[in-house]
Amino acid sequence: MSLANNLSTSMISSSSSAFLAPTSFNASRTRSVSVPLKSLNIVKCVATPQEQQIAYKTKVSRNANIAKLQAGYLFPEVARRRAAHLLKYPNAQVISLGIGDTTEPIPDVITSAMAKRSHALSTLEGYSGYGAEQGEKAVRAALASTFYGNLGIEEEDIFVSDGAKCDISRLQVVFGSNVTMAVQDPSYPAYVDSSVIMGQTGQFQKDVEKYANIEYMRCTPENGFFPDLSTVARTDIIFFCSPNNPTGAAATREQLTRLVQFAKDNGSIIVYDSAYALYMSDENPRSIFEIPGAKEVAIETASFSKYAGFTGVRLGWTVVPKQLLFSDGFPVAKDFNRIVCTCFNGASNISQAGGLACLSPEGLEAMQEVIGFYKENTKIIVETFNSLGFKVYGGQNAPYVWVHFPGRNSWDVFSEILEKTHIVTTPGSGFGPGGEGFIRVSAFGHRENVLEACRRFKQLYN
Amino acid sequence: MYKLSACCSMSCGISLPPKMILASLRGHKQGNGRCTNVPRNVNLEKLQNNYLFPEISKRELQHLEKYPNAKVISLGIGDTTEPIPEQISLSMANYAHALSTAEGYRGYGAEQGNQVLRKAIAETFYKDVAIKDTEVFVSDGAQCDISRLQLLLGSKVTIAVQDPSFPAYIDSSVIIGQAGDFQDKTGKYQNIEYMQLGPQNNFFPNLTITPRTDIIFFCSPNNPTGHAATRKQLQQLVEFARDNGSIIIFDSAYATYVSDDSPKSIFEIPGAKEVAIEISSFSKFAGFTGVRLGWTVVPEELLFSGGFPVIHDFNRIVCTCFNGASNISQAGGLACLSSEGFQAIRAVIDYYKENARILVDTFASLGLEVYGGVNAPYVWVHFPGSKSWNVFAEILEKTHIITVPGSGFGPGGAEYIRISAFGRRERIIEASWRLEKLFSMGKSPLLTV
Repeated sequence: MSLANNLSTSMISSSSSAFLAPTSFNASRTRSVSVPLKSLNIVKCVATPQEQQIAYKTKVSRNANIAKLQAGYLFPEVARRRAAHLLKYPNAQVISLGIGDTTEPIPDVITSAMAKRSHALSTLEGYSGYGAEQGEKAVRAALASTFYGNLGIEEEDIFVSDGAKCDISRLQVVFGSNVTMAVQDPSYPAYVDSSVIMGQTGQFQKDVEKYANIEYMRCTPENGFFPDLSTVARTDIIFFCSPNNPTGAAATREQLTRLVQFAKDNGSIIVYDSAYALYMSDENPRSIFEIPGAKEVAIETASFSKYAGFTGVRLGWTVVPKQLLFSDGFPVAKDFNRIVCTCFNGASNISQAGGLACLSPEGLEAMQEVIGFYKENTKIIVETFNSLGFKVYGGQNAPYVWVHFPGRNSWDVFSEILEKTHIVTTPGSGFGPGGEGFIRVSAFGHRENVLEACRRFKQLYN
Repeated sequence: MYKLSACCSMSCGISLPPKMILASLRGHKQGNGRCTNVPRNVNLEKLQNNYLFPEISKRELQHLEKYPNAKVISLGIGDTTEPIPEQISLSMANYAHALSTAEGYRGYGAEQGNQVLRKAIAETFYKDVAIKDTEVFVSDGAQCDISRLQLLLGSKVTIAVQDPSFPAYIDSSVIIGQAGDFQDKTGKYQNIEYMQLGPQNNFFPNLTITPRTDIIFFCSPNNPTGHAATRKQLQQLVEFARDNGSIIIFDSAYATYVSDDSPKSIFEIPGAKEVAIEISSFSKFAGFTGVRLGWTVVPEELLFSGGFPVIHDFNRIVCTCFNGASNISQAGGLACLSSEGFQAIRAVIDYYKENARILVDTFASLGLEVYGGVNAPYVWVHFPGSKSWNVFAEILEKTHIITVPGSGFGPGGAEYIRISAFGRRERIIEASWRLEKLFSMGKSPLLTV
């Protein structure tokens, strides 16, 4: 979230400490009044006087699943801390390498298309109302040919959306509360949080920092950030992100082949998050569907956010192959389609016009330039931490640098960095217990800010 | 109902090239060959049909295939047709252009919406009822918000809906697991309370016979009946909710179509802030059906039974399951709420309202029982003793006009047809003329009951 938005954000969103969700919430709004008796020196609590009544409560129970959530969603919490820091140091030049928010302008070829579509909405010929909930045909076709050309994924397998985060929740709604899921540990928090909200998990277990009923697949430097599948219990759903947020690890073809085989053996469904595929420097697969057999076990979700700077414009897509079937043979795509038609009403037509422009030859080239810019940022950050003697991971195939602070609490490191250098990062434990001892540094930012940040890191850690 | 006890190659209804069939028959030793072992969500199995409006689209396509030269007039899905006023699309175009500049580029916005827009919504629609900007959550539309509210509420709450009502309330309830099984006999889901509406009760449910539910979905002006609840009726509703400790989800998507002094917001009713959430949309207000923008108001005073503020949980849902409405759409929304923008939009709304008036006149002059069309862009026509899908089919076949059969909105809509008033004036007039031809002189079997 941008600085301007943070500062102007309402009390609600910036004070997510209020969202710490204890399992029992004592009504902070009830007001009982103690009224001293006149003659005796006794203070007696009496029934509340007419004018000051106890706040009315409905009889609707709070959703127990939401009550399980431990705190606010990670990124608003980081934003809150940043806002608090700015209050403390109003003149600080805070540099944000925390939330993975894009900073570079969107190439002209793309915004012109969106402006054009906007203007057209004011004309008789150009006005369009409701679009197909699955997305405009041209966009679906362009996505199919651009990303899945020779992989046998077709237009009708693709569902255009307002972004991967929203699609993750829609997928959870499709799956329902009676499925089990596995996540990488660490992982993007929306997988776990949406699972809790959906009722798939048990309570949070403070001693291990995990929700009961979720299988956490540990990803560490020791196992090359790919889980040891022989130790992973079967779950219905497996969330897998590659290139990975936050570790930056990109799974190899061999690893993904094993993952697909694992899913096949267990009859599981992989939800493959490929939001950072175009950041890949190595020759690793960009789509799960490059792996033979994946169409029968995997869904792939992706986004224009980090490719085209569409973090605010809102556009993404999910691929549900027609070959993917539930245990009774019912096609998953049919249920996803039903959810898309009932719980959603399509991505904005203007955003889709932008998406189409992104996929033109000129647009693709322009996107590659922006991605290249952020990749150069990543390189600078990696070099900085390497030179300071840190163990540094990621940064090669993703716009995230995963820095190890052995033995240290990641929120403490986060706070120290923020306090001493005015740089916002993201504490690794926010991504799961497997992230403890790490800090995620995101590479989105203006070049001068990234350079300045690196100067400050060098000052702090030299 | 889709039932398949064991997965086998062809019975899934997918035609695969022969090579793939052979490959699957060679099969795996474990599992069921091509199927996963992931059980289908039983809640989705409970859904009876496709969502209503894609079903209507399907029928339209089929009709066009049958009569490729027919001049089909769509008064079915409530899809806006008139261009968006220029100053609004200009603001969106400018915002888009600005995204290509260093000063104008914006990344992630606040999930709750742009603060200036939230303020503008609060000031434009809720000025006299003291709703704060912090209680306004901007979204990509009411349909999406309904589902987010269901995620918020979870599977253990009970709901009541008006009967007939906008199908997303029921469908989302089924999906989240609140609704129980569908009962063929009654055409209702077991756990949902259907509050019947009709001319007999002035299109307002008899609350004295309505059992308590946790949640009450209430849409006014109503889709599909067009009825706008009176102040007195809404006072009763709020009182009912208070007495029962229920939460009203008030859908005010058509508030700007109100012609009389019916309340435009539930918060005009004293005490509503402690019992109600209000959802609304720019779709029918500003022609934003494709642009995607809406909002939900969750007052701070609204508390769960344990005292926890509903707004905190809704905020959590919005931050976790959503990432904000498109910033370009929001820029458009802001322009809609400027005084010139609002004025321009009023002209479009008036255009649709005039359409509605023409349609109401047409049906009334044919001696048909017609409701709505005054405070909403929908006309609700009664064909006593009929089956609405048959009426729909008859009208489509004989006049090439798409409508919506009332039973798509619930059993309470059984003998009705909904005609939407969105459309180019000339098509509305043409449609009226065709309907006159069909129904006058008793030509239609639909009139002989």
